[in-house]
Amino acid sequence: MDAYLKAAIIQGIFETLQMTFVSSFFAYVLGLPVGIILYVTAKGHLFENKAVNLFVGTIVNLLRSLPFLILLVVMVPVTRFIVGSSIGTWASIVPLSVGAVPIIARMVESSLNEVPSGIIEAATSMGASPLFIVFRFILPEAVPSLIFGAAINIATILGFSAMAGAIGGGGLGAIALQYGYYRFDKVVLWTTVAILVVMVMVIQESGSILSKKIRKT
Amino acid sequence: MSDQRKVFELKNIRKVYRNEGREFIALDDVSLDIHEGEIYGIIGMSGAGKSTLVRTLNRLEEIESGQIQYFGQDLASLKPSELRKVRRSISMIFQSFNLLMQKTVIDNVMIPLKIAKVPRKERKKTAEEMLKIVGLEDKKKSFPSQLSGGQRQRVAIARALAANPKVLLCDEATSALDPKITEEILELLQEINRTRKLTIIIITHEMSVVEKICDKVAIIDKGKLAEAGDVKEIFTNPKTEVARNLVLKGDGKDINPYDASNPGSRIVRIAFDGLSANEPFISNLVEDTGRKVNILSANTKSVGGIGFGQMVVELPREREDQQVVLDYFKSKGLSVTEVSA
Ligand SMILES: Nc1ncnc2c1ncn2[C@@H]1O[C@H](COP(=O)(O)OP(=O)(O)O)[C@@H](O)[C@H]1O
Ligand SMILES: [Mg+2]
Repeated sequence: MDAYLKAAIIQGIFETLQMTFVSSFFAYVLGLPVGIILYVTAKGHLFENKAVNLFVGTIVNLLRSLPFLILLVVMVPVTRFIVGSSIGTWASIVPLSVGAVPIIARMVESSLNEVPSGIIEAATSMGASPLFIVFRFILPEAVPSLIFGAAINIATILGFSAMAGAIGGGGLGAIALQYGYYRFDKVVLWTTVAILVVMVMVIQESGSILSKKIRKT
Repeated sequence: MSDQRKVFELKNIRKVYRNEGREFIALDDVSLDIHEGEIYGIIGMSGAGKSTLVRTLNRLEEIESGQIQYFGQDLASLKPSELRKVRRSISMIFQSFNLLMQKTVIDNVMIPLKIAKVPRKERKKTAEEMLKIVGLEDKKKSFPSQLSGGQRQRVAIARALAANPKVLLCDEATSALDPKITEEILELLQEINRTRKLTIIIITHEMSVVEKICDKVAIIDKGKLAEAGDVKEIFTNPKTEVARNLVLKGDGKDINPYDASNPGSRIVRIAFDGLSANEPFISNLVEDTGRKVNILSANTKSVGGIGFGQMVVELPREREDQQVVLDYFKSKGLSVTEVSA
């Protein structure tokens, strides 16, 4: 493999990591509260609210059912507005973040649902306010599960980043497309694929290990 | 006891569960008073409505009609913030402990103090004191998952005591524990009741729990209050079928069915209290009157250190002899009730 290809792949790795983690960060900033809202407004929960739950739930479901490729295209004007361009690593981060929000929201909701109702009952009987119950009882109890979910989500975002890169440029996805697909360079194609697989595995495994390590049950 | 202040006064409580159009009356016209310093047992079969009843006391469950007064204050009239304040004075422990599994023992115990906005330093000091009371001061850095069931319930008790409540509600708090640990937890509750003048309300399906520590008991049957009063009184003289079953059967150890030797003969149940328990009154009966009875079942228990007894006997066949025996029992101060065969 030529030296310039090696350099491109190494840069691609960094770009992919940057896209993945920056997008994950923004997606969590939005997805975590949305997931909490979905959870607390559900039937029988602390802030039960059918209208809000249905509204937020529907948007989340719509976004989730939209194929990521379509979202990438639809998001182009928005990306251009925010980043000033629709190509490059930063430009990929916008659709990645938006696309991951519904996935994260549902994952968060499901982690919170795992917290036994007895905990909430105990908290209520102590005279805790609903907000206190959410932030001091439910969320801390859900942390191991949230971390486990985060590993899955980040790995998913990494997969998406390859797709976003292929369209908007940046990262291993763009390299795989440029060299592997357009130039039929099989070595580059399979090298990037192998690197992506390893990266997903590492993220997934570290998440599981971390979650297990801090889980006290 | 009854000159004490009333902690809870329940008047004609009715609770209906509604699920998809179906209605279920979980509590029907329940009235009872619980006084300060009492250990009050609420007993009944599974599904009788005990948990529902205890959950109405801190409004975890809203009632359909009736009134619950807590130190003279109508619970239903409280605004959310006032209710939360009241709840801080009514602690609760559960069968499944409901501890925060991701927090250490001491963090668990400090939580009610945090809710009450006690400063951190003080929280820690109080939590440590509470752990000392339950005998777990050396476990403060442990996580609940590292503790046994009995220890977890002790942590839950420490947590319940932390905010210095006036009442402790226990919903089947010992039902998940083995008999020896149950005994220890009950002794701890009794000690707390004495030393801290804490009113304790104990939900259980086990008569042995009531026998061991309760002053008063209410028997709940299919959402209705069957009987309520002094444990001693109900043990010696249960008026309802449910009460009789609970008292006689004890903890599910079925007594012999009343197998009378003569079909259609008269069967009576005699109850004796602590005094006459020591008296061999059946042999005295034979000596004094020359009449014999056939003992169908006998069951004696110790309630709060005093012996109580139940005996089901078949009376002699002759009407005249029956009367002599009954008069004899009555002269000994025993309560006699006819058992319908
Ligand atoms: N949320 C609910 N919805 C409908 N029925 C309920 C609900 N909670 C309890 N019940 C019913 O009310 C009855 C009493 O329940 P509970 O108070 O838990 O009984 P206990 O504690 O005496 O075993 C049971 O028949 C139970 O099925
Ligand atoms: Mg129950």
